[in-house]
Parts: sequence; structure tokens; C-alpha cells
Amino acid sequence: MNNSNTLTSEQITSDLLPQKFGSRGMIWTGILVLICAIGAYAYYRQLRYGLVVTNMRDYVSWGIYISNFVFFVAISLVGSLITAILRLADVHWATPLTRIAEIIAVSAIVFASLIIIVDMGRPERFYNLLLHGRLQSPIIWDVVVISTYFLISLLLLYFPLLPDLKIMINFKEKTGNALHKLYRFQGSFWKGTAEQFKISEKSINILCIIIIPVAFCIHTVTSWLFATTYRPGWDSTNFGAYFISGAFLVGSGAVVVAMYVFRRYYHLEKYITELHFEKMGKVVVLLALLYLYFNVNEYLVPAFKMKKPEEAHLDELFTGEYAPLFWFAIMIGMIIPIFILIFKKGRKPLPMFIAGIMVVVGAWFKRYLIVTPTLLHPFLPMHDVPTSYHHYFPSWEEWAIAMGSLAGALLVITFFARIYPIIPIHETIIENEKPAHQE
Amino acid sequence: MENKETSRRNFLATALLAGVAAGCIPNKNPFEGYAEDVKASGEKVKLLSVNGEVIEIDKAFLKPVPDLPPVSNIEARRGIAGKKFVMVIDLSRCKNVKACQTACNHMHSVHPTQNWIKVLEMQDADKTAPYWEPTTCMHCDEPPCVKVCPVDATFKRQDGIVLIDSDRCIGCRFCMAACPYSTRVFNWEEPVLTKEVAEKDYSCETSMPQKKGTVGKCDFCPDMTRRGELPHCVSACPNGVFMFGDMIQDSVTNGAETFRFSELIKDKAGYRLMEDLGTKPSVYYLPPVNRNFPFESGLDNVIEDDKKFKSN
Repeated sequence: MNNSNTLTSEQITSDLLPQKFGSRGMIWTGILVLICAIGAYAYYRQLRYGLVVTNMRDYVSWGIYISNFVFFVAISLVGSLITAILRLADVHWATPLTRIAEIIAVSAIVFASLIIIVDMGRPERFYNLLLHGRLQSPIIWDVVVISTYFLISLLLLYFPLLPDLKIMINFKEKTGNALHKLYRFQGSFWKGTAEQFKISEKSINILCIIIIPVAFCIHTVTSWLFATTYRPGWDSTNFGAYFISGAFLVGSGAVVVAMYVFRRYYHLEKYITELHFEKMGKVVVLLALLYLYFNVNEYLVPAFKMKKPEEAHLDELFTGEYAPLFWFAIMIGMIIPIFILIFKKGRKPLPMFIAGIMVVVGAWFKRYLIVTPTLLHPFLPMHDVPTSYHHYFPSWEEWAIAMGSLAGALLVITFFARIYPIIPIHETIIENEKPAHQE
Repeated sequence: MENKETSRRNFLATALLAGVAAGCIPNKNPFEGYAEDVKASGEKVKLLSVNGEVIEIDKAFLKPVPDLPPVSNIEARRGIAGKKFVMVIDLSRCKNVKACQTACNHMHSVHPTQNWIKVLEMQDADKTAPYWEPTTCMHCDEPPCVKVCPVDATFKRQDGIVLIDSDRCIGCRFCMAACPYSTRVFNWEEPVLTKEVAEKDYSCETSMPQKKGTVGKCDFCPDMTRRGELPHCVSACPNGVFMFGDMIQDSVTNGAETFRFSELIKDKAGYRLMEDLGTKPSVYYLPPVNRNFPFESGLDNVIEDDKKFKSN
């Protein structure tokens, strides 16, 4: 850290303690709650009338619920990247970002699970997955790995929080009674003894090692929900790696956006420095190049051959009905961010923030393009169905539910940052006290 | 429908009579307990007993039974032993009449905008001949839908039929994405059912009554098959396009004509759809050569179709 030597532990603690919502915070939270409420009402309508309130029909049987699910699973992978991969690689600059990455992961995985339940025709039969689960089905694999990933991510959020909880318990007059009780409930057993630190350190290390294969599993299995079918655009051996590279990209983009917002709103310039943006910028540009590479593979190889079933699908993407969205997603999700971030000037906070937004928005539409256009190009011609079955544009209920789930994930992150320090206090103090920095 | 009901009643009457006949072993009165107050009508019917004797009985002693006992879920999942059902669709006989579709939709209360049987207007390339291709569920021997189902709601039976258990389906629609033949439909809303149908006990053999939020598709009418009758599409087709039968017995029939399955496929060069995917369908097609009708004769029905959906 740049100005670490000038900081005292007391100052770090008082800077990083969670703060009450200001007026902007209240407005932000209010808007999110409103979006969630509209989504909840739309879901009530869906439960009452059935999935007929969506514009999905027999050909496009998966719509934005599923692409939103893929988006959430993708974004959650960043927890494993920032927390585990960088930690195991002994990269210390990422320490202040771990909690941001981990809460993004946890809230995204929660809403991934919720949105998949929303997509089910009979959500009340969810228990059938346990009662009659077939291990041969990729959906069961997804259920297993997603719940495992959720559990590990939750622990990776919780264990590093323990020393911070101890600090916060000492600030009862600042945090208020209710939060004080919560902190005590969650962390009063933590005394901060050397023995406890040793156990905690070891557990975190083990979790960091386990979470990497599990993270690869969740997104590979999610890609297999598509790749295990015969359909053009999905029938690809490239899909697992393609999805994972895209996932790391969108997750890192989201972390950059969150870094910028938290830094500005909580005045964390001393803790999330330009150096962090510089480093994250390099990570994002690398991942964007990697994802671009997989996209070239995914589209150019079939386009070279133009097999008949693929042809209709690719024509639609490159020059047809979906072409504007397709090129928008490619440009805004990869090419433009690459051009911004490849230059040193582009890796300053504001341009990084813009590039981060682009990456996330591009990624959301990219998931939509992966799921829907394929379904409009079945092997046999679409026939004996109303013409409305030949097209898909989400209904207001679908938009409301999808946006509600995104707002819900942001709400979880917002409340988390209200209750807990978004930058680890204890770890920052430790880093600060280190005599010499290798950076 | 009318006809179906009558033939079903006849069938039940025959079944009952067989039972009566079986009871006609000397020294046992099968009518004991309830037959006293039945007066003989004088009208006699001839029956064949299980011993092979022809017996005569007064019609007044026949009592209709309400229905055959429904097949249990376990039995419906197991299927009929010693059978391997197969369908042959002769494209040279099809002119897009869609009587198959109408009968199927009616008998299964399929949603007005949906069809389990589709009659596709096919043309493989610019210069190749167009033809009408009815598609049912292919009842694959390597069914992609069954492979992906997370809860065993869609399953393959020993007689080759792929069915859906709508009491178990969670509505994830993975099977719909997996099926390369796009055969599956989803009950997006509460199905429109007559009171009579809605009150029936659900069975995966009848696929009725269908349920909101679950997947449906052609089921090869196993309820009909169990009674030794043909699926509705087969008996409805005026042109004998559909032939249904048992591969083990090596025979298929459209009601009017019966063929040796292996010879029919050999003589007419039968084939299956998308053989390259390895799904091994149970539905065979005979190529549209030496056609009974010109392709154009089916075009009138297409226009009717659009009207049908527009009115909805």
C-alpha cells in the first residue's frame, strides 16, 4: 500500500468501520427494494397463472431466466479467483479486495439458485430433486456443485470476518445495539489467540484449495446444461473453458465496478488505491483477451464449415435478427474494454469503472445470446404452431423478475457493506504493520 | 369419439362375457347373490368359454363393468412385458389431412395452440421434392430426454415407450432442450379440460389429465395398446399413413392392412430421422416415392392452420 506508513491502526479501524446509509444510500436502497418488489409481484402472477405470463413457448423454452442464471453463476466465480487463486499465488495487493469479491460471489450464487427455481414449472416439487434425483442428469450435478460452492464461499466470507467481528464488538456505541448483538452472536467465541489464528489460517488455506476445482465445476457443469444437447450453437466441446473464461472476466469487471463505487462512497482512497485499479486493469484485460480467444474458437470454426443446422443460427447472429445485439455484446463486452485497459491511462479509476460496466452489461447480453437464438433454430422446421412461437422477446413479468433478481443481489451486497467492513480491517492492519513491502 | 366409445363398450362386454364363461364351470353359479331379480329377456348371445366350448347365455344376465382397473404407477413405468412397440410412417401416403393431429389433440385434450403430432412441410434442398412429414415422439432407444431428466419424470419402458410422469415432473424443460426432434410441449398455463377429463385419475399411460407446469408429448397411446387397440392417430388416418405394431411379433398394421415389419422396411427402404445423432428412434419412415397424392393437394390445409391459430 502506498501511504501505509502514515496510517495507524486506530485510523484504519475508524476509516473502515461500517457506516450508516447517507441520503444517497437510502435512495439507492429504496430503488433496489422497489425493483425487488415489482419482481416479487411479477413472480406472484407467474405462480398464479403459470409460465404463460412469460413469452417463452415450446421452441424458446428457456429465456432470460436461464441466461440470467448463467450470468449469476458466471459472476460468482470471481470469489474463487480473487480470494483463492491470488491468495495461493501469494499476491498481497488483492487483500483489500477479497471481501468485495466474496460477497459478490455469495449473493450471486444465492440469486442463481433463486432464479432457477423461478424458471421451474413446478417449484413446489423441488424436493423431487432429493427424492428422485438421478445422478446421470447434469442438473443434479449443478445442484450438488452449486450448494457446495455456496457453502465454501460462505465460509471464506466468514472466517476472515472473525477478527473484524472482535474489533467491531468493541465499538458498541458506534454500531448500535442490534448490530452489536449480531456481531456477538456471530463472533463472540473468537478471542484472537495464536491458536485460533493458526486454525483459521489453516482452514482458509484448505478452503482456498478446495474452492478452485469446485468453482471450475460449477461453471463447467452450467455450460454442460447446453453442451450435452445436440443443438447448433450449444453442441461444442469448447463450452466449459469458454464459459469459465467468460465468468472470470465478468466477475472481475463486477469487482472493478464495486471497487470504484465503494471507494467513492466510503472515501476509501487510502485503501483502494490507484495501484489496485492498475493491477485489476491488467487482470481484466488479460481475461478479456482470453475470452475473446474462446469466442473466436466458438464462432469462427463452425462458421468456416457452415454445416446446415449451424448456418441458420450463425447467419442470425452475424447478419440477422440478433446481429445488432451480438456485435454490441462482442464490442462492449470485450473489444472496447480491451482498448481502454491496454493503455496505462485507461487503468485509472474512472475509465476502469466505465470499462467494468461495459464488461458486465456486455456479459449479461452475451448470456442471452448463448441461450435464446439457438432455441429458435431447431433441426426440424418450426411448424404447426402460432407465428408468435417463432420469436422471443421477454414479457414484462420476465424483465421484472430478472431485474428484481439483479436488484436483489445488489441489495444483499449493499446491506452486507452496511453491516460489515467491506475492506478487511484486521488484515489491513497486519499488512500495514509489515516492516518492508515486496511490492 | 362416438365410435371409440362403442367399440370400448363392446370390448368391455366381451371381457365380461369371457369372465362369465370362465365362471360357467359345473356346480358353480356365477350369478349367485345378485342375479335373482334379473328377468331373462329371451335374447341370447353366444360366447366362447375358456374350455373352448360355445355356450349360450341370456343377454339380461350381462352386467356392464364401470371401467378396467387403472394401471398402477409402478406398472405404467414398467410397461408391457414381451413387447417392443414400433411405428412406420409411410410418407408416400400422406397429404397433410391432419386427421391424426385432430384425433390426437382431441383424445389427449392438447392445448389449442399446441400439437403432439406435427405434419411438417419438408423440402431438403432447393431442387429436391417437397413432401409432408408427420412427426410423433420418436420413442428413441437412446432417448436424450430421459438422459437429462433430473427426477426420472420421463422414462423408457421395457416395451420401448418413452413416457412422462406429470405427477413428478418439476418443469425444468431440460428434456425439451435435449430433444432434437422438438417433440415436447409444455403446459404453460392451466390446461383446458372438460369436466369429465379433469375428474379422471391421472395416469402416465393416458397422459391425462395434463397438469400445469409440466411437459407433455406423444405417448404412443399405451392405454389403447394395453387393450389391444391402435393409437388414435393410426385409426384416425384415412390414408393409412401410420402403421403401428410390435417388433418382436414383426408385424405392423394401420387397421386395414397388416405388414411384416422387417419386409416392409426392406422392400420400401425404410429409414429413421437423424440417424447420425445415435438416438435410435422407434419410428421408421418410408420414403415419399410412388405417391398416392401430389404434394400440392396438401397445401389447402396449411392455410386453414394459420386461421386456426389466429382465432386464438
